[in-house]
Amino acid sequence: MSGFNVIGKPWPKVDALPKCTGETRYADDLHFPRMLYAKILRSPHAHARIRRIDVSRAQAVPGVHVVLTGRDLPTRFGILPVSQDEEALCVEKVRFVGDPVAAVAAVDEWTAEEALRLIEVEYEPLPALLTMEQALAESSVRIHEYGDGPNIHKLVSLEFGEVAEGFAQADYVREDIFFYAGSTHLPLEQHAAVAHYGPDGRLTLWSSTQTPHYVHRALAKVLGLPPHRIRVIAMPVGGGFGGKSDPFSHEIVVAKLALLTGRPVKITLTREEVFYVHRGRHPVLLWIKTGVRRDGTITAMHVRSFLDGGAYGSYGVATTYYTGALQTVTYKIPRYKFEGVRVFTNKPPCGPKRGHGTPQPRFALEVHLDKIAEDLGLDPIQMRRRQIVEAPSLTVNWLRISSCGLRACIDRVVEASGFREKFRRLPFGRGVGFACSAYLSGAGLPIYWNDMPHSGVQIKIDREGGVTVFCGSADIGQGSDSILAYIVAEILGILPEDVRVVTADTDLTPVDLGSYSSRVTVMAGNAAVEAAERLRRLLFRAAAERLDVPEDQLLARERRIFDQADPERGLDFAEAVQLAEARFGTLGAVGSYKPPKAPGRYKGAGVGPSPSYSYSACVAQVRVDPETGFVQVEKIWIAHDVGRAINPRLVEGQIHGSVYMGLGEALMEEHTFHSRLGVHTAPSMLDYKSPTPLEMPEVECFLIETEDPNGPFGAKEAGQGPLLPIPPAIANAVYDAIGVRIDEIPITPEKVLKGLEDKARGGSGRVGPTSIPSLTWPEPIRVEPPPEWRSSGDLT
Amino acid sequence: MEKQLITLKVNGELHTLAVPVFKTLLEVLREDLSLTGTKHGCELGECGACTVLVDGEPVLSCLVLPIELQGREVLTIEGLMEGGRPHPLQRAFAETGAAQCGYCTPGVLLSAKALLDRKPAPTRREIAEALSGNLCRCTGYLQILEAVERAAAQMRDVRSAATTDGR
Ligand code: FES
Ligand code: FES
Repeated sequence: MSGFNVIGKPWPKVDALPKCTGETRYADDLHFPRMLYAKILRSPHAHARIRRIDVSRAQAVPGVHVVLTGRDLPTRFGILPVSQDEEALCVEKVRFVGDPVAAVAAVDEWTAEEALRLIEVEYEPLPALLTMEQALAESSVRIHEYGDGPNIHKLVSLEFGEVAEGFAQADYVREDIFFYAGSTHLPLEQHAAVAHYGPDGRLTLWSSTQTPHYVHRALAKVLGLPPHRIRVIAMPVGGGFGGKSDPFSHEIVVAKLALLTGRPVKITLTREEVFYVHRGRHPVLLWIKTGVRRDGTITAMHVRSFLDGGAYGSYGVATTYYTGALQTVTYKIPRYKFEGVRVFTNKPPCGPKRGHGTPQPRFALEVHLDKIAEDLGLDPIQMRRRQIVEAPSLTVNWLRISSCGLRACIDRVVEASGFREKFRRLPFGRGVGFACSAYLSGAGLPIYWNDMPHSGVQIKIDREGGVTVFCGSADIGQGSDSILAYIVAEILGILPEDVRVVTADTDLTPVDLGSYSSRVTVMAGNAAVEAAERLRRLLFRAAAERLDVPEDQLLARERRIFDQADPERGLDFAEAVQLAEARFGTLGAVGSYKPPKAPGRYKGAGVGPSPSYSYSACVAQVRVDPETGFVQVEKIWIAHDVGRAINPRLVEGQIHGSVYMGLGEALMEEHTFHSRLGVHTAPSMLDYKSPTPLEMPEVECFLIETEDPNGPFGAKEAGQGPLLPIPPAIANAVYDAIGVRIDEIPITPEKVLKGLEDKARGGSGRVGPTSIPSLTWPEPIRVEPPPEWRSSGDLT
Repeated sequence: MEKQLITLKVNGELHTLAVPVFKTLLEVLREDLSLTGTKHGCELGECGACTVLVDGEPVLSCLVLPIELQGREVLTIEGLMEGGRPHPLQRAFAETGAAQCGYCTPGVLLSAKALLDRKPAPTRREIAEALSGNLCRCTGYLQILEAVERAAAQMRDVRSAATTDGR
């Protein structure tokens, strides 16, 4: 007997019905007796010193319980140990419009709001640095006192092999500059948190967070409480996309307010606040230079990225490295240099958004390659397809490729879309574009240095055969709870409905680092495999004795444990459980997972390694109206190498969602600020444009299964990678349609019209940045590539 | 705080409540009646998460004052189940994967119900139009559209079976 019973089938998610009946409770749905409501006062200035705060009038409002200011919570925090630069409420300085300054707990939201209005803050405005150029030029004004230079959060320079040598071997070298605008996650659920401090001296925080474990650590640090007295519960998250993965000011504030009042306290951000809290896509300016042989074989690549980080560190150090790390995992690049800088500006801090730091360079790379192919008269597909990385192999920057289905991905979409018949052949105004990408299945290193597992799973079984799985992972809608249920059900031979999943509760569940970097299926999945297999071993041992069949001849399936050779000979699952409990005592098992050790040994080698990389290839077909400049995406063909689809329906849902978000970024989404005041110019869902069902094109998905050796059942990530090829595929399609290169995301109608006008006047029609800021880059860290890349001389 | 006495019929049940005059239907449903299935993403009429039905028509509950609804019927997601059994739309959404984070789902379901009650066999385009006021950030809408089609087909089957039986 082979094949799977649960894996690979389109089971409904375990929490699907409750979500469709209104039963699922999100953070803001919680209500407790005596609950107070909190509100946060935010800075109206982009950059200012706080001279004085007077809360006396606010405090006097009837119904107000506590008013907090920065002095009550002076300990700094931040998601990365290297950038502990945030304050729950600003102490001396505000750094962006929206920076939290004071907080009120009151009997209801209106009273809290009224109190906010009565808080008097005297600010001394400082020059606001709103662009990277300003921040780099004005070294006398400092947003932070730390970093790699004035207003420079992080400066990276890495060289893998001698790029000069690689460029010398090229027949053709091309340089391009691209810009990818910042955008925001726009989760439908506004962030919310409720805190409760009990008479037992324990604090509980319920929050809409993707990373309860990191919130737990931050609370302990800022509040100065022992971690075992703090419990963080991540409620079902109403959309995250990376925007709920930092520990946030409002979470710390409600916790402090609960400590001070001894009453439950709730906070729910307004939609406008969500725009300011942000942590979304970094605006990135990219310069890319590639040397190729006449046939398009890459001999060297050099990338420079400039990240507009906003006012705080957040995940920014990691983001900076990510803009350089993953170029090497799709095509063979024998010599590679990466320089990156993250600049502080007086705007809401950027952080991780779906694809974390990789959609920007991917856009640049895939459009750049399209241009190179055209310059050399090469087929853009063949040029890429010929130099796909091998598996297994190490890239020049020491990333380990364990499986790669990119070639199959390419072939599927090229064939299904009829790309070859359409490319450069459709009538003016219509076009097709192609792009590939790759993404990690979980960050190979934890955010804070430690040697412990990245994910843990615990399973308990009750006597009637009911199974409960405990794991710290947070379901943010991607279906991670269901994935755990499917995996455990498959291994124990039961059905997903027999499995109860308890997740994301720091008191009850073993640590999982959180729902970020597409890590949960692989990491929590592997931990679940280990725990379930351990448990199955006990059941098999007990069943083998009873049935008098060798253990290795047993199979668990359809709620039975039976002899493969004689399926009639078997036990009900519950019976086996009872036998095993009688034999071994209370049943339970734990499993854990830690990614393979990353092979790179250089400073910066911690960002980029992953147990595996997912691959995708995409063809976009567009229609461009030359009168209005409006780009309509008619259809997307996308193939995604997911290793194995644990649930193909959920994988398709992730692909659709990625296509949608990539489409929004490609055509309309942009975080925009007033150029002098730093005020968000569109902090509402109406003004911040995002696609509706009417803009969503038809999407044809192809799942490619490569059975990765490091994945549970061979699975890799599904939820982020397919976003990456969308913007470059659309940009390449727009060029195919109207012969105009828009080297800047989003591709708005204004830019399209500008390109067409320029072309009509005899220009190139290109729209995009033409220069990069001048910056003295440090001497690169020179990294010897893995042996297979070392031979100098002929690189091919 | 000035309060007024209102009578509100929600999911077939009458409630008499004293609420502040400025409190929206959304707030009354969630806070006074504990019907937290109705969600909010903006409270400004921009996202559709708070959609409920009033006399069968989709309404943004964040923009309505309960006083305007005297004598009318409000249906929320909690009232969509029929006799403890999920509505065909709810079942189709669950089976199709149309609810990812699920936060837009109650509003989407009610908009879809209003559509199917009015038009049992809508085209995909008509469904997309009917749902264009309900933002969803997770699904890319496609599995939602598919789920509505699936539910519509199922409801038509049930209806035609019923007419055949009753002949
Ligand atoms: S909450 Fe009513 S439309 Fe957004
Ligand atoms: S399912 Fe998350 S917003 Fe629609």
